[in-house]
Amino acid sequence: MRYQYLLLAIVFIILMKAARRATRVKSATYGTISTMSMVRDPDGPAKAVPPVPARPSHTGQGIDHDNAISSADNRQEAAMAPIIAPADTFTEGQAQVAYDAEALVGFYQKMVEIRLFEDATTKAFRQGKIGGYLHVYSGQEATGTAFLGAMNRDKGDVAIAAYRIHAHALLLGAHPNNVMAELYGKGTGIVKGKGGSMHLFHAEGGMLGGYGIVGGHIPLGPGYAYGNRYQGGEAVVQLYLGDGSIHNGAFHEAANLAGLWGKSGLCPTLFILENNQYGMGTSVERATAMTELGKKFESYGIEWERVDGMDIQATLKVAEQVQERVRETGKPYAIEAFGYRIVPHGAADFLEQYRSKEEVAKWREKDPIPLLHGQLIEMGIEEERLEAIRAEAKAMADEAVKFAEESPDPDLSELLTDVYADDTYVEPAG
Amino acid sequence: MPVMTYRDALRSAMAEEMERDESIVLLGEDIGLYGGTHLVTNGLIDQFGPKRVIDTPIAEGGFTGAAIGMAMAGLKPIVEMMTWNFSFLAADQIIQTAAKLHYFSGGQVNVPLVVRGPNGGGVQLSAQHTHSLEGFYGHFPGLKVVSPATPADVKGMMLEAIRNPNPVIFLEAGALYGTKGEVPEGDEVVPFGKARVAREGTDVTLIAYGRQVPLLLKVADKLAEQDISAEVIDLRSIRPLDTETFVESVKKTNRAVVVQEQWRYFSVASEVCAVLQHEAFDYLDAPVERVSGAEVPAPYARNLEIAGFPTIDHVISAARRVLYLEK
Ligand SMILES: Cc1ncc(C[n+]2csc(CCOP(=O)(O)OP(=O)(O)O)c2C)c(N)n1
Ligand SMILES: [Mg+2]
Repeated sequence: MRYQYLLLAIVFIILMKAARRATRVKSATYGTISTMSMVRDPDGPAKAVPPVPARPSHTGQGIDHDNAISSADNRQEAAMAPIIAPADTFTEGQAQVAYDAEALVGFYQKMVEIRLFEDATTKAFRQGKIGGYLHVYSGQEATGTAFLGAMNRDKGDVAIAAYRIHAHALLLGAHPNNVMAELYGKGTGIVKGKGGSMHLFHAEGGMLGGYGIVGGHIPLGPGYAYGNRYQGGEAVVQLYLGDGSIHNGAFHEAANLAGLWGKSGLCPTLFILENNQYGMGTSVERATAMTELGKKFESYGIEWERVDGMDIQATLKVAEQVQERVRETGKPYAIEAFGYRIVPHGAADFLEQYRSKEEVAKWREKDPIPLLHGQLIEMGIEEERLEAIRAEAKAMADEAVKFAEESPDPDLSELLTDVYADDTYVEPAG
Repeated sequence: MPVMTYRDALRSAMAEEMERDESIVLLGEDIGLYGGTHLVTNGLIDQFGPKRVIDTPIAEGGFTGAAIGMAMAGLKPIVEMMTWNFSFLAADQIIQTAAKLHYFSGGQVNVPLVVRGPNGGGVQLSAQHTHSLEGFYGHFPGLKVVSPATPADVKGMMLEAIRNPNPVIFLEAGALYGTKGEVPEGDEVVPFGKARVAREGTDVTLIAYGRQVPLLLKVADKLAEQDISAEVIDLRSIRPLDTETFVESVKKTNRAVVVQEQWRYFSVASEVCAVLQHEAFDYLDAPVERVSGAEVPAPYARNLEIAGFPTIDHVISAARRVLYLEK
């Protein structure tokens, strides 16, 4: 009996809301995108398409500004503020640690190289020279640079990452020319033009991909770690994952395995959760009720700590310690590198309806490169020296672009190779 | 008749039906605030609110399974797969639960669910993001599987999909989102299991669905220049498959070419060939040809990708082969 009243009440509320909306005059709050002429496949190629109606009326005839119902309510109801950087939760002492200035100059160089390389990829994408998806690493350099730098190739350390990985390949020794050529789909590409931006591999340097299905690569980490220990190895696997991937079943299954196998010292996996606060257009707040993402590892018996992912001095300090700790214990460990995606999700995600310009601007102030630049100047490094580093990095990116542009397309015969690891015949199209 | 894009026709079908039927909800990644990765759902959150346009975390298995539960409770969920490539994570829920629930509950439970999204390749997304899954989903009894090729069909078939009491796999031709066509106004449902003669002809039957249909129309134009009259059949739905329309066509033309982007073996074209040899054996003047993608995971490089998909030239050659005009 009672729920019938409840139902009546709900219906009443819905009707009232609808009536309220219907009487409200549309105040042109939502007409900005109607003039766009590109579909932003957020991580996809920009495709020319006819203008999209900003708010289709129910007849599908496009927007009718005069009769449109205000959308502000619904947006407000859906949106939630992103998390504020929980600075007090970062591992203590970071950012104040005085690091050797000369070493820091080296890291500055690496970070600048990545940034300018990414700028070049974005430009080439806009010119239509790079196809498919393009996800750049700008703003997250302090994380990859520190942690990948802590790897020990002599001990067999490897890294496995998702698809925002140009930096990972470069930092592990892939030649920028071959990485750029891959993005251009050239035969000189690092995987022969077969994979593109999402599938960079440089096995020799310990870079084992390069995966496009969110969460899909996570179980590979614990598996590789077990496989290596099983054979008497002493490698540590760095497994990079995004905040968006942590709600996927693959994460939970893999983390559980890692915790379990770690009990026998057979799972030296360092999970590096790059929390840039968004999985595409969905903020962490809108993806989970338990937003302290590092804690998710706890439920699988994996210890973790949070680090300021925008500050190289912070990431460096943690990276060195934990890499060796994982090697010694054979147990998994997790880092939540807290930062922000200061760039769009993909090179074609330029509308960014899901976050405000002010929010992005606020975080851009924490950009790790200017941050380190300021620290270096304070330490007495001359501006001219840093300027020279930037010029060199620019030349490196330019050279990579030139190499990629001048490289030949892959030979058509490459279409049918590498499907199997033996010489099994495969049929062409037609 | 109004002219609109495939994308807008699809959106209007959902919006119109949502106006009529409060039990319809949408679920998917970035379909709300973001506007939908391919803008198919753009604006719907403003119109219907976040309770009906539900942005989900990246958890295909979870939200697809939850949509099945919603359907059991009397809702009509429409799940967006951002692209069908991600449906493998939901395939357990789709295949093991949605497809069979009505059967193994002895008919006690219905699953009026639509799972929709762009299918197929062609924009250099490489191996993990390029699949044509008609054959894959077409394999499972209990699912209805459709692949509309025109704005009119995508609207009419979406209306049918929503009203259908079964789980529907709605494979949109992502490459055609921006293409325009006439769309009948109002409540014009296109029933499932009914193929369409997209162009009449007498010498050879060309059969396809989805993105390959416009390609076949171009092929038919080119063949006409060579005085070859091609009939083009748009299958529209994969399961149930309307065998009658293409069998009748082949009884008239005595020759057939089946074209698909997906891999050749164990595919829709394989099935069409099997039906033809059984139902039209005595009418065939040449072995039926299949034109398919290369048997490789999709490559990234533009030239390799183009070489890996069926082209107009491939189809013209196949048509000429069944006419014994070339080897
Ligand atoms: C299984 C799956 N679902 C959806 C997508 C589409 N997609 C690509 S990236 C992305 C967001 C991932 O966010 P996050 O893990 O936080 O990584 P970030 O992009 O922030 O680096 C989504 C939804 C995908 N590639 N795979
Ligand atoms: Mg993220």
